[in-house]
Amino acid sequence: MAVEETRIIFKHIDRQGYTNGIDCYERHGGYAELKKAVGMEPDAICAEVMESGVRGRGGAGFPAGMKWKFLDRKSGKPIYLVCNADESEPGTFKDRQIIYKDPHQLIEGMMITAFAIRAKLAFIYIRGEFFEGARILERAIEEARAKNYLGDNILGSGYSCDIIVHRGAGAYICGEETGLIESLEGKRPYPRIKPPYFPAALGLYQCPTIVNNVETLCNVKHIVNMSGKVFAEIGTPGNTGTRIWCVSGHVRKPGYYEFPCAALTLGELIYDICGGLLPGRSLKAVIPGGSSSKILRADERFKGKLRDGTEFDWGINDIPMDFDSLSAVGSMSGSGGVIVMDDTTDIVEALANINYFYAHESCGQCTPCREGVQWMKKVTYRMCNGAAREEDVELLRSIAGQIEGRTICAFGEAASWPVQSFLAKFNDEFVAKAKAQAARNASGEAVETTLI
Amino acid sequence: MNLKPETFSKIDQLIPRYPEKRSAVLPLLHLIQEERGWISNEAIEWVADKLELQPINVYEVVTFYPMFKQKPGGRYAIKVCRTLSCALGGAYKTCKSFQEALGCEVDGTSEDALASIEFVECHANCGKAPVVMIDEQMYEGVDENAARKLVEAMRAGEIKPARED
Ligand SMILES: Cc1cc2nc3c(=O)[nH]c(=O)nc-3n(C[C@H](O)[C@H](O)[C@H](O)COP(=O)(O)O)c2cc1C
Ligand code: SF4
Ligand code: FES
Repeated sequence: MAVEETRIIFKHIDRQGYTNGIDCYERHGGYAELKKAVGMEPDAICAEVMESGVRGRGGAGFPAGMKWKFLDRKSGKPIYLVCNADESEPGTFKDRQIIYKDPHQLIEGMMITAFAIRAKLAFIYIRGEFFEGARILERAIEEARAKNYLGDNILGSGYSCDIIVHRGAGAYICGEETGLIESLEGKRPYPRIKPPYFPAALGLYQCPTIVNNVETLCNVKHIVNMSGKVFAEIGTPGNTGTRIWCVSGHVRKPGYYEFPCAALTLGELIYDICGGLLPGRSLKAVIPGGSSSKILRADERFKGKLRDGTEFDWGINDIPMDFDSLSAVGSMSGSGGVIVMDDTTDIVEALANINYFYAHESCGQCTPCREGVQWMKKVTYRMCNGAAREEDVELLRSIAGQIEGRTICAFGEAASWPVQSFLAKFNDEFVAKAKAQAARNASGEAVETTLI
Repeated sequence: MNLKPETFSKIDQLIPRYPEKRSAVLPLLHLIQEERGWISNEAIEWVADKLELQPINVYEVVTFYPMFKQKPGGRYAIKVCRTLSCALGGAYKTCKSFQEALGCEVDGTSEDALASIEFVECHANCGKAPVVMIDEQMYEGVDENAARKLVEAMRAGEIKPARED
């Protein structure tokens, strides 16, 4: 028996007859939690979120309750709430569904959060390519305003807050929270150095700011509904609530699937839920949490100890889908973007494709990142269709090692982890490719590539 | 600066919503590009003046963000996602097909100015690979054949362009 989806965030999404208007949302019980929340003490809401253990769904997995606690309330400066709707980690497509198909769920989650942290003003930073998504949100905000779910004196609570929809313009680095803040201030999105620029202390306009992902903010609504305690019973300790896994690449049924954390394994997700691979193909590798996460090889054994001390010995199909298990096997659940590759995939080309992305998206502030990612792109490119040298594999390893840990923002890691993990797990293919390339180069024969 | 009256009024409503004027740089540039198709030096100076900034402050924004164009393109803008999931689904072939049907390269515009082609990075729709945007419209599962048909549809004027000019 295949595991069944448990849809909390995506409960209504794609259901026949469900629309993104406010009437439909209210008919399905929408805004009941906001009504409940404005009757609660803001600190009590924060305490529920803390107790729920909900971790950020944007990539880093930091507990939301903890982040809210770090807010600097002593400065007396206004507090801002920013929803990170930049959704640009390759392989991720969950926030898009919420924005296009259930925008009021996000607005309700945001207004509860804004009330709880006592924000003066809220923003949705949405990637520029979601043209229609921004219009849908604008319309939903006006609908909510007309019913007093946002704006002045919300539901008679004496609390006022508005939401501004702010569109990005095609730069991945705007997803990094401090780059996002710079962008929202009207500048180039150059990430800020932490410390001191933790948004909860020095964020937007140098004021305390909470940045949370779309899915995280939607969870707040459900925490208010069921209480932090009940929410924490979904999943496993430290990995609470559901997660939406976005599966793409070589599976028969790519798509988005919501499950409680650890409710299914990677194998069940690929074979039972996504219908497995195409006929005659076998699994080669999986990138489990967006392109920045480390790749897993299909025939690896993963051995080690979990945080609670239990030992594990898993094949790729046995890995439970949750935050801690994926980090225990040396990767991460990241943004939930699971990219599946079968045996037809040229792994060197796949890395060349990823390196092209990071080279295009580096903001250029830090020398190791700006120069290093370009160089890695060049090397993997020539391994596929240029003049590669046999020593290129070592060169790549050395460049990646010199970026990681030497940059202002986590983009440096995001760009070096794929290189390091691809090389660690598919070393032979890289060496063979470099050799073949060097030989081919001597013969002058042209080569066809598919991923770059 | 020559813009439609409704664009001017949108701009005037938008600026005071932000705690600081400078935050309105991106929304203003979007409004101008949506109307004019690209961002000219005149537009940069106008936005700077409007927001009490130096032109360089606006210029450095325009040059950083890939969505802002500093020269006019074709009547349609074709944006092919080339990131991993789309590439695994055949995005590079799709792109070749557009190139052949239009007789131009990536980052180029067809001779008849019908369309420009560019590569873009992951458009958060990887489950429907390969994805392509034409102006503001998303097309899913665009294989080589579908790409050719889209070009035909553009030629026949069956796809509504984002701007009439
Ligand atoms: C290079 C980079 C890109 C990121 N892109 C996104 C993104 O597109 N969406 C997102 O929600 N978080 C993204 N993040 C994570 C954010 O910096 C931040 O941790 C997150 O928005 C916090 O929200 P959460 O705690 O609710 O996850 C990115 C981080 C880095 C380093
Ligand atoms: S690590 Fe890269 S993306 Fe991040 S600030 Fe430095 S140059 Fe910019
Ligand atoms: S890789 Fe093309 S939409 Fe994500």
